[in-house]
Amino acid sequence: MRDRIVSWILDHLRAAVGGLGRLSYARVASAMTALVIGVSIALPSGFMLLLHNMESLTGDWRGSSRISLFLHMDVGEERAQDLATEIRSGFPVEGIELVSAEAALEEFRQLSDMDTALDLLDENPLPAMLVLRPAPGTGPEQLRRMVVELEAMSAVDQARLDLQWVQRLDAIMDLTRRGVWLVAAMLGISVVLVVGNTIRLAIENRREEIVIAKLIGATDAFIRRPFLYEGLWYGLAGGTLAVALVETGRALLATPAARLAALYGTESLLRGLGTGGIVAVLGAAAGLGLAGSWVAVGRHLAAIEPR
Amino acid sequence: MLPALPGPREMIRFQGVSKRYPGGHDALRRLDFQVGRGELVFLTGHSGAGKSTVLRLIPLLERPTSGRITVAGVDLDRVGRRRIPVLRRRIGMIFQDHRLLPDRSVFDNVALPLVINGVSARDIPRRVRAALDKVGLLNRERASPVTLSGGEQQRVGIARAVVTRPPILLADEPTGNLDPELSAEIMGLFQQFNQVGVTTLIASHDLTLIRRLRHRCLTLEQGALTDDLSSGSRA
Repeated sequence: MRDRIVSWILDHLRAAVGGLGRLSYARVASAMTALVIGVSIALPSGFMLLLHNMESLTGDWRGSSRISLFLHMDVGEERAQDLATEIRSGFPVEGIELVSAEAALEEFRQLSDMDTALDLLDENPLPAMLVLRPAPGTGPEQLRRMVVELEAMSAVDQARLDLQWVQRLDAIMDLTRRGVWLVAAMLGISVVLVVGNTIRLAIENRREEIVIAKLIGATDAFIRRPFLYEGLWYGLAGGTLAVALVETGRALLATPAARLAALYGTESLLRGLGTGGIVAVLGAAAGLGLAGSWVAVGRHLAAIEPR
Repeated sequence: MLPALPGPREMIRFQGVSKRYPGGHDALRRLDFQVGRGELVFLTGHSGAGKSTVLRLIPLLERPTSGRITVAGVDLDRVGRRRIPVLRRRIGMIFQDHRLLPDRSVFDNVALPLVINGVSARDIPRRVRAALDKVGLLNRERASPVTLSGGEQQRVGIARAVVTRPPILLADEPTGNLDPELSAEIMGLFQQFNQVGVTTLIASHDLTLIRRLRHRCLTLEQGALTDDLSSGSRA
């Protein structure tokens, strides 16, 4: 049993190394194929990375969205404080700030240049206000429900949330995400076809060898194995190139992106693939390469029989 | 008359085997014969008489249209597609056109069956050299087959066929392209392998050579057996 496992592992090693050897034998042709695969994988990987960066950025923006609660005129400062405590314990809120009627008037006075007009009024026409920052990660639907519940509170006259831009942004992100997946799917199919066609040619070139191996008693698995490894290596080589392309692109964009980030006062804009991302790209590339060679092997190997 | 051999002693057995190719050509018509364990048998007849077809049916390169073939007691009808490789590993095949891989060295060509059989890498060089030694090509292991003469190429083919020590050897016109002297040499090799117990079936139309070697000889004509001369019956 142990001998069989050892010989099985050796068979795989031989096929893997043999496949790699044939790739390096026709170096230029293999490099071209790997580059085609690399570009096809780099494009969706780059888009997805960009999308990911945008998502974390807009996540920051959503965190800065505000709900303004205008309280009834007769609600005093003390009552407002109690209300703030109540809201803090009952809702997903990151921060809450009380703007008293006086403070609101003062702010209005500064911003509006209507000093004289305001002086004519007997009393302060502005209500006290609570400004709350929802906890980060609160979705638009949840925010809307929060607003309805807050508005139902007796001390609250009106609750206001500018939801529209959040919703629009979410819709745009949804559309982009779907578009990127669509592009990724199409390019994935093209990788399978490119590898499949390359392996088909490899099978055609080694037809005589396959026939002889079958005559001598090679199993289908034995004949299939080197071609499958060849596809796997193509995928991995393409994946490695894709990672290199994406990271190079990011390096080229890093300086202007950092400037933009500094201007907006946010943290770094372009985050890289990271270990998880690199593993995912390589895994997807290897999987596509293997799928391509399976297609070719399944279609063309059975047709070659000794005559 | 067929020689009456007891069951377990027979290696190859054809019972009423017919082979009809698409288009209606009958390559074999109800062929009956058997080859005993350790026998060397020649198969002769004009080209198109069905010699090659007989040799192709044994390793299941083709299946008969009707009839039954048993190899080492195994009914080939019972050997499914997936088990064909196991059958072929027990049969050494030698072809008129050698069928060597031109882009591999002599050593690699002979090593191929061992690799397919999963022989450990440690044992491969020793066994390849033993096989090359038997056919007298030990000093050519690094050569490319295309640089060898026809006779040498055929001997590489024989080394490849025997390297796994199969119990059965099948040779289709192994001396077809060789001059009489080389042909006799090749046949001598087959006799040597036969002497250590390998059942050997050789298709050949070189009647002069066959007569001289004094082995059993089956004659085919239009897919039917017309003659079965045992080794002693020719004086």
